[in-house]
Amino acid sequence: MNDTPLLQVKNLSTSFPTEQGVVHAVNGISFNLDIGNTLGIVGESGSGKSVTAYSILRILTDPGRITGGEIYFKGENILNYSEKEMYDFRGKKISIIFQDPMTSLNPVYTVGNQITEAILLHTDRNKKEANERALNLLELVGVNDPQKRLKQYPHELSGGMRQRVMIAIALACEPDILIADEPTTALDVTIQAQILELMQELQKKLGMAIIMITHDLGVIAEMCNEIIVMYAGRICERGTADEIFYNPCHSYTKGLLRSLPKFTKDREKLIPISGTPIDLLNMPKGCAFAPRCKDAMQICLSELPKEIPINDFHLASCWMNVKKVYDEVKEGRKNG
Amino acid sequence: MAEHLLEVKDLKQYFPVRSSFFKKTNLKAVDGVSFHIDEGETLGLVGESGCGKTTVGRTIVRLYKPTSGSIKYKGTEIDDNNIRSFRKEMQIVFQDPYSSLNPRMTVADIVGEPLDIHKLYSSKNEREEKIANLLSLVGLNADHSRRYAHEFSGGQRQRIGIARALAVNPKFIVCDEPVSALDVSIQAQIINTFEELQDKLGLTYLFIAHDLLVVQHISRRIAVMYLGRIVEIAPSVELIENPLHPYTQSLISAIPVPDPDTAKKKHRIVLEGDVPSPLDVPSGCAFRTRCRYATERCAKEIPELTKRSEGHMSACFNK
Repeated sequence: MNDTPLLQVKNLSTSFPTEQGVVHAVNGISFNLDIGNTLGIVGESGSGKSVTAYSILRILTDPGRITGGEIYFKGENILNYSEKEMYDFRGKKISIIFQDPMTSLNPVYTVGNQITEAILLHTDRNKKEANERALNLLELVGVNDPQKRLKQYPHELSGGMRQRVMIAIALACEPDILIADEPTTALDVTIQAQILELMQELQKKLGMAIIMITHDLGVIAEMCNEIIVMYAGRICERGTADEIFYNPCHSYTKGLLRSLPKFTKDREKLIPISGTPIDLLNMPKGCAFAPRCKDAMQICLSELPKEIPINDFHLASCWMNVKKVYDEVKEGRKNG
Repeated sequence: MAEHLLEVKDLKQYFPVRSSFFKKTNLKAVDGVSFHIDEGETLGLVGESGCGKTTVGRTIVRLYKPTSGSIKYKGTEIDDNNIRSFRKEMQIVFQDPYSSLNPRMTVADIVGEPLDIHKLYSSKNEREEKIANLLSLVGLNADHSRRYAHEFSGGQRQRIGIARALAVNPKFIVCDEPVSALDVSIQAQIINTFEELQDKLGLTYLFIAHDLLVVQHISRRIAVMYLGRIVEIAPSVELIENPLHPYTQSLISAIPVPDPDTAKKKHRIVLEGDVPSPLDVPSGCAFRTRCRYATERCAKEIPELTKRSEGHMSACFNK
């Protein structure tokens, strides 16, 4: 059978033991990513979206540990890889760009140095060939005057330029998957538009799959065809972009969409989600969103909702959907 | 004609910086900005980082001394001598709810400090009562007052900052990116709080933010800044539907809209290059280096804000 997904995350759990207790950042999430697809992971701070990305690359900071689950890349469980194998894997098969392009580039090496480092490490090109490749990459990501930029240090570049350099480094070895962890959050809107445009162009040209992690539903709407919504380390809803935006079936997604300001003539009042973000040290027993949910029922507080299909392109973990089906059946019996 | 609550005319704010060992140049953070705000309205001020929007806000409440220009509050020119009396009228809410609250002070002390400074109570009981009222006004619990700032989430901290600003019962509040550091679900709570307080207390806001979606939601009028100057000012709906300045046009088209259908249809005007350094502002129109319509004239003359329709002004020769 040839339909193994490119990346398959199965029941992944990651936690951080701290002095105050164990922080369960990611709690048993599963998803697939196919070749050339763009998957968006959206959530607020503390939802576990970045930790998911770091777990896939096994670059969690101490004391973070993957406590359960499997991650298959082209059918191989990378959690069984040795540290040396991972060293080879990162950057070559899956690479990542981070939120803050200033702190994720090394200030004491030139741009050229940092791009060729990846090329020399993962391919058998010699130094001269690596330099040529670096030059091509900078051209590819739209850096003007690439010859000059190669010899410059990160502090000499603007934020947008730095993010372009980050992308060049990430793409140096033509990875199958590019993970973008809030790639435009630190940038101004007009620069953000440039970077998003660039990422779409590069995907068309190179055909890599992208995992786009962001808190910005606008960025998600523009970039992704499949979306995962996370809350408190769990997936609460997933589906195609149209399904998530026009037919949200989880109270959290609904609340999130309602709380966004929109371009409208009449000033409608925003409907915020009440309460405060969840404390990951004291997770509730049932649905993590229940304490903030206005529709919460008894069962929401005591039992974790299962993920149920809404249709072929849409899954949601909310008891409300179960209730809806139940009510429909009851209604049907009454009538029929 | 009715008097404006606040009138800013040709405000300039330069910061001296050493560009080389011997040479000092001026960083022109704000370079000739004029606008007015009427009582009870919200003026939104948008622009990208480094455009000078925060400096405008801070100069109005005189956290900086302006290089030149005039700021009139209810018809009175504000200067160094009378600013103390205006501090009770004007307050500011800062962007970062983490660094703008003293970690060693309890909430009661943070909110009570303006009361202490302006001696707004006669007894200890009255002070406590006032603090409790302020906290409930912004949606916090009175028994939160003994806690320290670090015990609160970002949204709650921002509420503490708002309570502190409201302590002296001001008329006018400069809101400097008050929701930028917050999560979406919390952002909506704080925006609503600002709107409710405005209705209840008749407040006037200068709402500074980089997020045009947020600004158009809360403001009646919007001013767009680019490199120290206002390039366009218009009623919110008009600005969004009929932007005239090429910079405003590209700014609006660059905003990712949380709606896949609109996103697919939308034509993004992507600007080339970066914002020039404020130390080296292009001659003439500052935007011309990134503008599709730029002509020779744009390099020579600085375009003035001119009236295009009722309340709509734009500073561009070609559009």
